[in-house]
Amino acid sequence: MIIKTAYTGGKLTLFFAGELDHHGAREAAETIEDALDEYLPRDCVIDLAGLSFMDSSGIALILRILRRMNRTGGRAWVENPGAQPLRVLDASGIERLLPVAVGAQRR
Amino acid sequence: MKKENYIKLEFPSRSANEGFARASAAAFAAQLDPTLEELGDIKTAVSEAVTNCIVHAYPDSIGKIAMRLRILEGGKLEIVIRDWGRGIDDVARAMEPMFTTGGADRSGMGFTIMESFMDKLKVRSAPGRGTTVTLVRAVKPRTGRR
Repeated sequence: MIIKTAYTGGKLTLFFAGELDHHGAREAAETIEDALDEYLPRDCVIDLAGLSFMDSSGIALILRILRRMNRTGGRAWVENPGAQPLRVLDASGIERLLPVAVGAQRR
Repeated sequence: MKKENYIKLEFPSRSANEGFARASAAAFAAQLDPTLEELGDIKTAVSEAVTNCIVHAYPDSIGKIAMRLRILEGGKLEIVIRDWGRGIDDVARAMEPMFTTGGADRSGMGFTIMESFMDKLKVRSAPGRGTTVTLVRAVKPRTGRR
């Protein structure tokens, strides 16, 4: 599980890569909290393009980011999920809470 | 139903084994020639069930997890994941979406995902004696492939 970050103009993008399960989620959460503390972004993009696998641990992590952004009046959304992460996102109903953009199109 | 093939695995409830468990399940299921989506569903359900054992069955210790996979007549894959941990007091409540005793790190969606990705989900549990989760998924034959 690898997370890379990019910050520009108030927008922090978190690039997820590898497999996101309970084993990798705790370390990922620490990396993300550190990045949010450092940049205090207005928008947070959760880019899942590099993620080959995700289970419900990923849902918990995304909800954690969303709660954190909501507390500071910011926004968060998911972009570019591959087929398997998208099935998990769909099954969880997380789209009721934050936008999920597939490809260039936000649903 | 006639059993055509099977494997049995046993491993300690260390989180590093989550990836091993789902990769093993996928490798065994591959002989049914599943689509990538079917394979992804199987891996996801196994990951959820094994994570439950690690997080909930053995919250403060390392215990034993057993995973048995069987291919049944007609291309059905049966996965049984068992622990001997603390068990579930109220199975119906544990299976409700968003219900979790696992804190902020858990979403409470594990059973919901297992249920929606598998054809059958059965949970048997006794407090203090452990939990057995049975998952069944039919892998459809693909035209021209078998």
